[in-house]
Amino acid sequence: MVLRPEKCLGCRSCELICSFNRAKEFNPQKSAVTVIPYDKAMICVPIMCTQCEEACCEKVCPVSAISKDEHGARIIDEKKCIVCKMCISACPLGNIAFDGDKVFKCDLCGGEPNCALHCPSGAIEYKEALPSSILKRKALADRFKDVFGEEE
Amino acid sequence: MYAMTGKLLRVNLSSGTIQTEAIPADLAEKYIGGRGLATKYYTEEVPAGVTALSPENKLIMMTGPLTGTFATSAGRYMCVSKAPLTETIGCANSGGNFGAELKYAGFDGIILEGRSPEPVYLHIKNGKAVLRPADKLWGKTVYETTDMLNETHGPEAKVACIGPAGENGVLYAAIMNDKHRAAGRGGLGAVMGSKNLKAVVVRGTDGIKVADSEGFLAACIDARRKLRSHPVTGTGLGVYGTEILVNIVNSVGALPVHNWRDGAVYKDAEDISGEALAEKYLVRNKGCFGCTIACGRVTKIPNGPYKSAGEGPEYEAAWALGASCGINDLAAICKVNFLCNEYGMDPITLGATYACAMELFDKGLLTKEEIGGPLAFGDAQSIVDFAVKTAMKEGFGARLAEGSYRLAESVGHPELSMSVKKQEMPAYDGRGAQGMGLSYATSNRGGCHVRGYMTSPEILGIPTKMDPLVTEGKAAMLKVFQDLTAVVDSAGICLFTTFGMGLPEIGAQLRPATGFSYTDEEILKTGERIWNMEKLYNLSGGFSKKDDTLPPRLLKEALPEGPAKGKVCELDTMLAEYYQVRGWDAEGVPTPEKISELGLK
Repeated sequence: MVLRPEKCLGCRSCELICSFNRAKEFNPQKSAVTVIPYDKAMICVPIMCTQCEEACCEKVCPVSAISKDEHGARIIDEKKCIVCKMCISACPLGNIAFDGDKVFKCDLCGGEPNCALHCPSGAIEYKEALPSSILKRKALADRFKDVFGEEE
Repeated sequence: MYAMTGKLLRVNLSSGTIQTEAIPADLAEKYIGGRGLATKYYTEEVPAGVTALSPENKLIMMTGPLTGTFATSAGRYMCVSKAPLTETIGCANSGGNFGAELKYAGFDGIILEGRSPEPVYLHIKNGKAVLRPADKLWGKTVYETTDMLNETHGPEAKVACIGPAGENGVLYAAIMNDKHRAAGRGGLGAVMGSKNLKAVVVRGTDGIKVADSEGFLAACIDARRKLRSHPVTGTGLGVYGTEILVNIVNSVGALPVHNWRDGAVYKDAEDISGEALAEKYLVRNKGCFGCTIACGRVTKIPNGPYKSAGEGPEYEAAWALGASCGINDLAAICKVNFLCNEYGMDPITLGATYACAMELFDKGLLTKEEIGGPLAFGDAQSIVDFAVKTAMKEGFGARLAEGSYRLAESVGHPELSMSVKKQEMPAYDGRGAQGMGLSYATSNRGGCHVRGYMTSPEILGIPTKMDPLVTEGKAAMLKVFQDLTAVVDSAGICLFTTFGMGLPEIGAQLRPATGFSYTDEEILKTGERIWNMEKLYNLSGGFSKKDDTLPPRLLKEALPEGPAKGKVCELDTMLAEYYQVRGWDAEGVPTPEKISELGLK
């Protein structure tokens, strides 16, 4: 997942599609992604699970209900989950929540995250095997190119 | 009921009582929601003789079935009441997040009645509502009020409120929500102020379910794809906002200059255009709830005398404060627009009233002494200074607060107000775009561009290109636009979606959302029903054919230059045809057959 808040329109399409896919209702409370608006700073920031490599949620789960799937997503096995909510407490990023029934988090929609698919501005993108740091390094390299390169 | 909560709040501000009512499913099917449903309730409950600022008037806020869902740009809610500026049916809608949050809190709408003895605000949270004292909020700006209420009720709560303009009864005060979005025209903010209601704060955590999940999602995705691939909704509005129209409308000679007196080609159009705004002051674009078009302008004047930040302006505001006043200072225009948001006023009527005052001053009909100084065309500092004075009704601001018609009438020249039914016409000259002239004359809420946006076919060529200078075919096209707009405003989606999609996409989203089986044809017929319902209400309030007209300037003074040189608006020809197309008699009264065909009593 590559998040670019500077591109976010604040339209919350991501929240709508996420909650609908998960809970069959339009309800930002049941979305695994949340857009946080900052009025005075004039920016909106989408926040969601970053699929930690050292996942506290997985480590703290007393019944081993959380595991990594083939797409790198930490997913919750609802059959095993006892809804103790320890993972919610453990997540340092606040990206696991309880919807009144189940504990839920971003599962990357089985490899095709719908938030990214329906984001109109490219603020949320899903790119495999291309870490965002490479993009940032390239943006920096572009500046050297612009200053020292020969291209008109 | 699907897509809707099926419930509305009835709040009597005089007695402080609050009740929850069920919305009958047959009403939801027959009037869709939003504008249609609210107007149905309003016209049933409020006699046409009730004046806008009396306690007997009611103010209805209503969402549509698509509001708060994944449908295209579905963040709208509608405010319906008697409008103080016109005393016609008042009807203004807004985006932002407020409408969706109201549904998540369990209500499709709110009916506000009576007048509170003390300033109050309405706090709604998950199916419960309570009136709370607003004495600490009274007198505060929209931004301050919103911040204070978010401080009290949490940052997730959404706020619709009035600013000082609404409290002070400025006849074109707006209801503002999410700080920068406005149910702007007609003065519904003054209605809220007259009820001593400062704000509605809402927070909800319930969801909205639709009748056919898979069908609905497929329809939404299809319609969203169409919007994103259309040049207007996919690129133009996002990159340049509605301000993109400045250069386009100017190039066809329909951008009125100096209170519509000096033609409709503005020499400095480039300076106030969307392109200039994007280059100089745009920070980023922003979408309302669920909107992929994202025409919103987050703007900042980084330095100079007008250093400030906010949102906007829209095209019509930039024209009213710009070309119509002969002002090319975009920073000053932005500043006034920000002040309009902060104090809760409609910048179209404010700008048009300035322009009228400038012409009256130019003609010697208003003196320096009355105004408190000169007020000449092109005076950027004055439009900034008078914005707050108007909201506060200080000095000459108190006369500006009445709008251009009452101002011009007070000096014996009502014909110099560029208004229809006392509401100022926006930024498209009806001489250079004949159909827009007809649209203004027949609008149920007075001079307005969003009841039937004939600019779309006449200037933008959507859905088909029509010659703006001819009258043929305009009546029939306008009827379709008016009826379809009523549908859009009832469904809870934004009118701007109709650049990139039409009735088939609206019907395709509405049916699986609500589970009602209405056909596209029946949905458009509902639009016609709503239009006629509004018309009948205005007629019973005393409006007649003589009010379906334009300022004499548009009918008699030909444009001096540009592509529309030599044209006046040939309203008479179009109006007769329009009444016929509508199934109304020669006096513009719906016939008994038409009324019965539409199922109106």
